[in-house]
Amino acid sequence: MDMRSLYRTIDRDDLRDALALAAALAIVGVSFGALSGAAGVPMPMTLALSLLVFAGGSQFLVVAVVAAGGSPVTALVGGLLLNARLLPYGLAMGGVVGDRLPARLLGAHILIDESVAFARARAEGDRRRTAFWLSGSLAFVFWNCGAALGMVAGAAVPDLDVLGVDAAFPAALMALLLPSLRGADARRVGLGAAALALLATPWLPAGLPVLVGLAGLIVAGPGGVATPDARPPAEAGP
Amino acid sequence: MSWPTLLALAAGTYLLRITGVLLRGRVAVPARVQRYLDLGATALLVALAATAALTQDGGFAGWARPAGVAIGVLAAWRRVPFVAVVVLAAATTAGLRWAGVP
Repeated sequence: MDMRSLYRTIDRDDLRDALALAAALAIVGVSFGALSGAAGVPMPMTLALSLLVFAGGSQFLVVAVVAAGGSPVTALVGGLLLNARLLPYGLAMGGVVGDRLPARLLGAHILIDESVAFARARAEGDRRRTAFWLSGSLAFVFWNCGAALGMVAGAAVPDLDVLGVDAAFPAALMALLLPSLRGADARRVGLGAAALALLATPWLPAGLPVLVGLAGLIVAGPGGVATPDARPPAEAGP
Repeated sequence: MSWPTLLALAAGTYLLRITGVLLRGRVAVPARVQRYLDLGATALLVALAATAALTQDGGFAGWARPAGVAIGVLAAWRRVPFVAVVVLAAATTAGLRWAGVP
């Protein structure tokens, strides 16, 4: 699919929803920019972190490590651990990102929690692919503009916790996940993943508890491969 | 923060992203495996949402945030439009914090 046909298939509702998500990301980006500046990270590095790493959690982590006087190795290992979930995301989303190599190389960079969840909430096919590119590229633009703004505003940025954006993200993720939780196996896996990740949180460094959540797959069961929504014959009635 | 650290993090993160995407393009994935990959993504995203909703720095995040998330999820479940879900969750948490709830 070339860029023009991609543009034509943009659904107005998808655009509005992706903009809402990107706007919330911009606010977090502002606080990242301000925090990074306060931690003494030079402006070119703050921008480079935002543009080249483009993974919020790890960006906050390395800046926090720097602010606390931690070692570069701690920052690097911690950041990569936090981003390890991007590999299974890529495995699940490879076919959605693109068919040709250039599209895959470019699209991989906008593979984030939000674009994965946003795309998976849409029907498979062109609409899902468009939703991925739409939410991912809007998130990229808004996140980086936010970071630049926060960096420039610096100490003038107020504590953004008062806006409650930290609640908006888990709520948005769950809203986007609801359609994929329709299957009983997905619900079991989701519950197991949440429980395991929460139990692991006090004991493991940031990033690992979410990976522990993958163990929720042990309750996936065999599953009906081709027809996940198929009812067993007993429920179908006479 | 040094440039080598920053560039290593950027390269490592991109490598994590591109590895999955390219592997999926090269290898024909049987339906069974595809189901586990899809469920795996669901597991990670739900685990992320749960930990982000309830925890902060390895401890409990306080009541304001999970309360906002709960209102948002309830709204989403009742098919309230996505934009309203995002705003409701943030507004609930912001309101509770304004009222002094941590």
